[in-house]
Amino acid sequence: MNIPAELKYVDTHEWVRMEGDIAVVGITDFAQDQLGDVTFVELPAVGDMVEENKEMGSVESVKAASDLFSPVSGEVIEVNPMLENQPEILNSAPYTDGWMIKVKISAQPSILISADEYKNVISA
Amino acid sequence: MKTVFAKSKPGRKGVMPAVPKTSAAKMLPETLLRKKRPALPEMSELDVIRHFTGLSKLNYGVDGNFYPLGSCTMKYNPRMNESAAALPGFTAAHPLLAQLPEGEALVQGSLEAIWETERLLCELNGMSAFTMQPMAGAQGELTGALLIAAYHKAKGNKKTKVIVPDAAHGTNPATAALAGYEVVNIKSKDGIVDPEALEAVLDDDVAALMMTCPNTLGLFERHLPKLVEKLRSVDALLYYDGANLNAIMGRMRVGDVGFDVVHLNLHKTMSTPHGGGGPGSGPVGVSERLVPFLPGPRVIKKADGKFGLEYNLPQSIGQVTPFYGHFGVYIKALAYMLRLGGKGLGKASDYAVLNANYIRKRLEGHIDIPYPQICMHEFVASAVTTEAQGVKALDIAKALLDKGYHAPTIYFPLIVKECLMFEPTETESKETLDLFCDDLIAILKEAEKNPDALHAAPVNLPVRRLDETKAAREMVLKDDV
Repeated sequence: MNIPAELKYVDTHEWVRMEGDIAVVGITDFAQDQLGDVTFVELPAVGDMVEENKEMGSVESVKAASDLFSPVSGEVIEVNPMLENQPEILNSAPYTDGWMIKVKISAQPSILISADEYKNVISA
Repeated sequence: MKTVFAKSKPGRKGVMPAVPKTSAAKMLPETLLRKKRPALPEMSELDVIRHFTGLSKLNYGVDGNFYPLGSCTMKYNPRMNESAAALPGFTAAHPLLAQLPEGEALVQGSLEAIWETERLLCELNGMSAFTMQPMAGAQGELTGALLIAAYHKAKGNKKTKVIVPDAAHGTNPATAALAGYEVVNIKSKDGIVDPEALEAVLDDDVAALMMTCPNTLGLFERHLPKLVEKLRSVDALLYYDGANLNAIMGRMRVGDVGFDVVHLNLHKTMSTPHGGGGPGSGPVGVSERLVPFLPGPRVIKKADGKFGLEYNLPQSIGQVTPFYGHFGVYIKALAYMLRLGGKGLGKASDYAVLNANYIRKRLEGHIDIPYPQICMHEFVASAVTTEAQGVKALDIAKALLDKGYHAPTIYFPLIVKECLMFEPTETESKETLDLFCDDLIAILKEAEKNPDALHAAPVNLPVRRLDETKAAREMVLKDDV
């Protein structure tokens, strides 16, 4: 299971990459593997406010529909346009092409955990 | 199998209906007329008969084969139910009759049948009253959630949350959300609700706890009395999702335990044909304190022994269904209850539980059974060990199709990895269960020796392995013919 050390995580299986006060958000390799082939992704729109640990969208796969939880609070400034027509990139490249949204954070994130801590979450 | 359009041959004809004396083209305005002829298939009568007879033979149903689809209770539907529902007095009664002045007198039998069905369901479940209106489980759930909201509103309670355990049916959180509540999920411990987990999220904002018992793991919720006590302390109600009633009929009455609202899936528990989307019947039963809020009109028995409709229900949440729900479906349920009686219904549940445990025991050692304790009417297995060889739950399910079975439910509940959920129901014989176990064990052995064979399954069916991912990603909902 790929868990890049330079990223931060939340135990609801989203990852975050901080670029200044911008947070890039996606789902982990573990999450995409558990979901199986992703068929549809529903994300917030640019301008929407997301809140830490609150629902921000959903992912549907051949197995299940799962809620997405925002790891940070702030305003959505960009949404990955590729996910609308090519949801399969979530399976093939969850940490790169499969990023979901960019958020201009409005508060210091408080629930993020390290790659090692996330490793413990998924092996529990 | 080719489509009827692919079989069409130009000029081939079946029976030619008599041509009407006046052509429709002369009677309709120009704008409504077709510019070109419709592309209808051209076939002989025999071609048409063979085509549709062939299609009908591809139907899979419990009348033909074993159908262990967990959570769906695909039991045999006795033919006697059908003949009861087909009585001309029922089928020919106009649904408006009961609502017309003097009309009640013409449908006393139908009204009595509704009243009697409600009465028997009250007795079986220990509830004070039932409404037969909801047309299936999901509508029953929403009706139940609206009744809960009406109760709290009438009492002036400010309630915003509904608690749903992770082993409850997937519809439960959807229902609570649709009724406007915030859904609070709690994790199970040893497969059932943990009273401490409930305690941790319980406060004055909680409107209700929605329980499926036995839950989706097929396990009985052992802490029910404790849970009831906790909920009562904050004036929260207890909702029973009766989708799994098949396990407890005649053995436990949910009203006696302290449940305030219950919806049933009569199409499952009371043996009426279902699947493929319908038709269902999802009546809702309530405890005394929720009776005033039931949907109207309600069927009543008057002082003179006649039956009628009561509209004067000032606290009612209103009508949730046109007329009286799926009348024909619950007449079949009434016939089923009358035929089996209280003891017979209890026996049906006993055998449902026995059959599930029999399969579970026979599969032990061949497939991982994550909750090895005694189960109720269904149980879950996990394909985690075969997955290591590349054989997933999906592959096992497809291989079962090749052996002539309907697949079990797979990947549900979500809390079990590579989940396969089996519900044999009470109507299957030991011979059928043994044959099924033999076949499934053979598939599991094949998974070790020759995993690729299972990836190819099904090979004996009219269609081979379908690309389900592509179908979901590129949905084509119409065909241009």
